[in-house]
Amino acid sequence: MSQNETPTLELVGINKSFGAVHVLHDVDLAVHPGQVTALVGDNGAGKSTLIKCIAGIHPVDSGAIMFEGRQVHISSPKDAASHGIEIVYQDLSLADNLDITQNMFLGRERTKGIILDEASMEQAARETLTKLSVRTVKSVRQQVASLSGGQRQTVAIAKAVLWESKVVILDEPTAALGVAQTRQVLDLVRRLAETGHGVILISHNMNDVFEVADRITTLYLGRVAADVARSDVTYSQVVELITTGRSGDLGLAPATAAESI
Amino acid sequence: MSTETPQPAESVADTPPASDSADSAFSADTRVRTVSTAFHDYGVRLRSGDLGSLPALFGLAVLVILFYGLRPGTFLSTLNLANLLTQAMPVSILAMGLVFVLLLGEIDLSAGVASGSSAAVMAKLLIDGGMNWTVAVLAAMVTGLAIGAVIGALVAIVRIPSFVVTLAFFLGLQGIALKLIGEGGTVPVHDNVINALANENMPVWLGWTLAVVCVVAFAAFQLFRQQRQAAKGLSRNPMALVLARIVVVAIIVIGATAVLSQNRARVSTIFLGGVPWGVPLVAVLFIVCTFVLQRTTYGRHVYAVGGNAEAARRAGISVVGIRMSVFMIGSMLAAISGIVLASRLGSVTPDAGAGNTLLYAVGAAVIGGTSLFGGKGKARDAIIGGLVIATIDNGLGLLGAKAYLNYLITGGFLLLAASIDALARRRRSATGR
Repeated sequence: MSQNETPTLELVGINKSFGAVHVLHDVDLAVHPGQVTALVGDNGAGKSTLIKCIAGIHPVDSGAIMFEGRQVHISSPKDAASHGIEIVYQDLSLADNLDITQNMFLGRERTKGIILDEASMEQAARETLTKLSVRTVKSVRQQVASLSGGQRQTVAIAKAVLWESKVVILDEPTAALGVAQTRQVLDLVRRLAETGHGVILISHNMNDVFEVADRITTLYLGRVAADVARSDVTYSQVVELITTGRSGDLGLAPATAAESI
Repeated sequence: MSTETPQPAESVADTPPASDSADSAFSADTRVRTVSTAFHDYGVRLRSGDLGSLPALFGLAVLVILFYGLRPGTFLSTLNLANLLTQAMPVSILAMGLVFVLLLGEIDLSAGVASGSSAAVMAKLLIDGGMNWTVAVLAAMVTGLAIGAVIGALVAIVRIPSFVVTLAFFLGLQGIALKLIGEGGTVPVHDNVINALANENMPVWLGWTLAVVCVVAFAAFQLFRQQRQAAKGLSRNPMALVLARIVVVAIIVIGATAVLSQNRARVSTIFLGGVPWGVPLVAVLFIVCTFVLQRTTYGRHVYAVGGNAEAARRAGISVVGIRMSVFMIGSMLAAISGIVLASRLGSVTPDAGAGNTLLYAVGAAVIGGTSLFGGKGKARDAIIGGLVIATIDNGLGLLGAKAYLNYLITGGFLLLAASIDALARRRRSATGR
């Protein structure tokens, strides 16, 4: 696919320790515009830590974060946002008592003088939902309390898109959803990529991963076990990579995989 | 309601923005609601537990009919209605301040005594200091602000539960008021301006002028907004509903002014009539609070913190700052309420605001529809709830009910309102997702 262009976000040799525990070992990861990169791995493989490093919540010990080919320093969530990196967390960060537009602009309201500029915010919210071809919500003035889990996830993702983000990181977006709602969210993830965003999808659900991902990056005990195109691997190979760190000639060398344990 | 032409006129006006906008792909989006869908949506909201001020309005109607039935001669007399209105003023102002605090799901148990202490500061400055009323009022408001700042800091920064902090202030501030005024003492308030607030009326012509200005301004604002929303293709209420809202507000404002402008003197030789001076004060506070809560970034953030503090924090909102500020606003409005109460009673006593003042105000806010769980409430809840509380107080007074009965009934009402709030919340969480 677009392997030849510069990745939007590239991590090179990231290391991170918490005290004596070495959580991330020389992790490399590339996120290309228009691609969905699935980040998979068992619990404790380091997915969340890696995301928090990108988000600026944890500083990295060594290694470089490259944004559009330039090395950048991300030391706070604000830095991440200023580079256009938006993270949609698993536990949704929406206020139930506000409507969709109000939630999408929360903390970054547009104003005219001291008065909220409702008109321009409503229009922008509507445009964003249109861009993502969202057809599941009735009105941008609907209260979030009245939305289903899938619709909430949709709003949370649309909120990330609103800020001209280039990389959107989704932390288990379908974890708590039913079948139809999962469908909605996966469609939305695909459209995110189609609109030129680089997407990192964290998921435990292999069906979801195989459905929307272009590349699959497997973490095994803090190391990248494999970074492969989806078409090159099978379902069971990925499961094997997640559980043992290797599968046939893919994955970590036997010695490394064993040493990590 | 008033539905002559708006229906067809609107669908015509609506077509251009819907078709020419680039966002027609977002097809399921509804922008303009018809009267029937507006009513349908309202029905859905009611069923899902979002009752708003409806129980309070219903309760008010029942109380008025009840007291009118029991005391037909006196309850609806112009004299008593004017009296009821001045009774409601301090409660409503105090409740308006509490709405800010309750919006965060916090509570301020010291608001009543904060109003008393602030009023004591004002009275002392007027009498002992011989100060001008502006200085005294300003000092009272600064006192309220300072009390609120300390409470806010303890709640927001030290993170002590607000009910503990304000319970401590409830006791402590009574001590300060006692020290200021002296045991068993009373400070009379003789200042003309302060006394006029609750005891004097505006000239009839001025009352009418202000009433008409208010109605015209409200109508113009509503119509202008509807027009602008229509021009930009934003979601909006149907014209018929906007007109109906204007008509209802006009009837209430004009009706109240008409009643208050009649001569209500018991003796025919003098004229006693006009809108009490306190009414425009309450109106201004109400408009300012509504504006702050609904139209400013600050107000939006108050709702956000009340709805989901973690989401607000992640969105970069200073949760600590918002928490502190609501207590400052609450205590400052409490100070103003204390001044109005001092005006009504003509004096300040050491136990001012210590009795049922606070429960009346919390009751007013909650009866009006503000949730004790945070995130839901409006400034107008305080006004409507304040009227309900004042009606109970006033009606029971006319019936010559014993004081114990008054406490029991008001307490019962507060409990009833809180139950409705809790049940509605349960219903919301059951149907919300």
